[in-house]
Amino acid sequence: METLHFLTDGFLVAFQPLNLMLVVLGCVAGLFIGAMPGLGSVNGVAILLPMTFLVPPTGAIIFLAALYYGAMYGGAISSIMLGIPGASTAVATTFDGRPLALQGKADRALVAAATASFVGGTISVVLFTFFAPPLADAALAFGPPEEFALMLLAFATFIGLGGDDIPKTFFSIFIGLVLSTVGLDIVSGKPRLIFFDLPGFYHGINFLVLAIGIYGIGEMLWVIEHTKGKMIVTAAKISVHGILTAIGELKGSIKPMLMGSFLGYFVGILPAAGATPGSLMAYGVAKTMSKDPDSFGKGNVDGVVAPEAANNAASTGSMLPMLTLGIPGSPTTAILLGGMVIWGLEPGPMLFVNEKEFVWGLIASLYAANLFALLINLAFIPAFLMVLRLPFTILAPIIYILCVVGGYAPTQDMHDVWLMLIFGVVGYLMRKLDYPLAPAVLAIVLGPLAEASVRQSLIMSHGSMLVFFERPISAVITLAALALLLAPLLKFVRRGAARPAAG
Amino acid sequence: MRVAEFVMAICLAVFSVAIMWMSTDLPIGWIKGSGPGGGAFPFWLSAGMLVCCAWIILRWYRRTSPPARSTEPFMTEHGFKLFLIGAGSLTVMIGAIHFVGVYVAVPLFLLFYMRVLGRHSWLLCAAVAIVTPVVIFFFFEIALTITLPKGVTEPAFYPLYDIFL
Repeated sequence: METLHFLTDGFLVAFQPLNLMLVVLGCVAGLFIGAMPGLGSVNGVAILLPMTFLVPPTGAIIFLAALYYGAMYGGAISSIMLGIPGASTAVATTFDGRPLALQGKADRALVAAATASFVGGTISVVLFTFFAPPLADAALAFGPPEEFALMLLAFATFIGLGGDDIPKTFFSIFIGLVLSTVGLDIVSGKPRLIFFDLPGFYHGINFLVLAIGIYGIGEMLWVIEHTKGKMIVTAAKISVHGILTAIGELKGSIKPMLMGSFLGYFVGILPAAGATPGSLMAYGVAKTMSKDPDSFGKGNVDGVVAPEAANNAASTGSMLPMLTLGIPGSPTTAILLGGMVIWGLEPGPMLFVNEKEFVWGLIASLYAANLFALLINLAFIPAFLMVLRLPFTILAPIIYILCVVGGYAPTQDMHDVWLMLIFGVVGYLMRKLDYPLAPAVLAIVLGPLAEASVRQSLIMSHGSMLVFFERPISAVITLAALALLLAPLLKFVRRGAARPAAG
Repeated sequence: MRVAEFVMAICLAVFSVAIMWMSTDLPIGWIKGSGPGGGAFPFWLSAGMLVCCAWIILRWYRRTSPPARSTEPFMTEHGFKLFLIGAGSLTVMIGAIHFVGVYVAVPLFLLFYMRVLGRHSWLLCAAVAIVTPVVIFFFFEIALTITLPKGVTEPAFYPLYDIFL
């Protein structure tokens, strides 16, 4: 009951005129960014975070969370109309959304995507509302060893579940952590890793510099290379009558919608997984659950519904560990977490004690954002179709400029702008060679915390690594992390053993 | 692609060694009473980076990772050109900010990108090139009171400061 009381207070915060306006603005921005081929929530949040310094922290996170949501809705638009995923989270939506559009049923696919997103979003926010407070309560008892164990688990999920090249994933985690140590040592206060004695390194490397470099500049370089060809936008006729009939026809898709919502939510909680694998998994499950699996990939509405419900649910799910534990559940929430530090909030379970207005205002705003994103999405589909026609030669330079100015704003140091350019270019080259970059962004955000918790734990234990196994909660988490780290290794060994037998 | 994989791994390995070496400026061992030294965390992490690079090179040698097996070029000629133009024009713009400031570099960059690469009409290019800096000025300088670098154009802004600040 206490939860409902807090939620009511949260709605009072969310419905303040400024915050409500920010929700709407965030949804619109998110829908546009999501609809642009190649750009997704993580790019939008990274590039626009510096702009939110204009409003108080609660307003800022409400705007960015609404943007996150809107982008999940918007991603479906270009998946369906162009056949190019608007964001990686909408890859699975192309499988059946595109065939539907080619059959002249684009309106049905768009409505199905929007409705499923709404259902996925709503179910996950309700789950979030009731899961978050007990989890935060439990987390209040965590000390440095548990904190570190959780971070280890977060990184381990990238190795065990990320599905990317393992040494490259490890490398990405390590380099993110190393970059976070640049600047002044937290304990001794002495400078370290000051490359070429440049004074700009004394204030450390702001996570935004890496995030905007990779998700702004690097991403644009990538998108420009990968969307060289002419794109064909399918024509769609949207009418009120059409929308209503399409919603009526969704009755048969309730099962995959619910499945996608729950699956997406729980997958979203895992740091490495997030919305992209969540939606792909939901697609796979929907296909096996279906009475008619052969129709998948040829324009089955269920193939649009399941992944779209899942990706919205996952975006909410990934906020759960961010708010309650201070461990982001996705690259986008990693950037939000870094943002919270800039706004002067200490992420972690104490938020639920000290910053009730912030936390519950955010949760309530998620309900509002979900509704607004649905309404704006359905009402302005033609406007979003125009975005798809916007040429990259206009979009790209504007995004580059937003990156440069946004990268300068937090520290007001040109040094950081140069660094951002280097990260963007090197990140782009590394991405071409299958180096996953999300772990590095997560690592640079968590790095200072990880180092502090390791050092505090080791001081507590007088240098014994066993401290992570001696306390029950941290032991369970550490063992889970080790299991995830070793899982690919076991697979490797088994495959090695199987090979001579097969040969 | 195969060559690029190897070159990248070597570069990253050199970078790892450099960080390891730099980390030793601070104590990397245990300091009695205050825990691990300030250099320990970066030292062992960059050691980890080095191990990863060795691992990547091993996989490259045994051709077990996809880029090590790929026969496709790392970048096509066209892709390389796009990359050079994108990264190059950005570098020039950021460099120019030091001298002529944001409010000259940004419109020039926009004009170059939209007119030369995009071949959009002069009217559209001019509109975007004028509106963008104006929006940036009002958003950053006025609303956020963040002063953007202006280089030699600084004096031209004094009257504007008088009006808005």
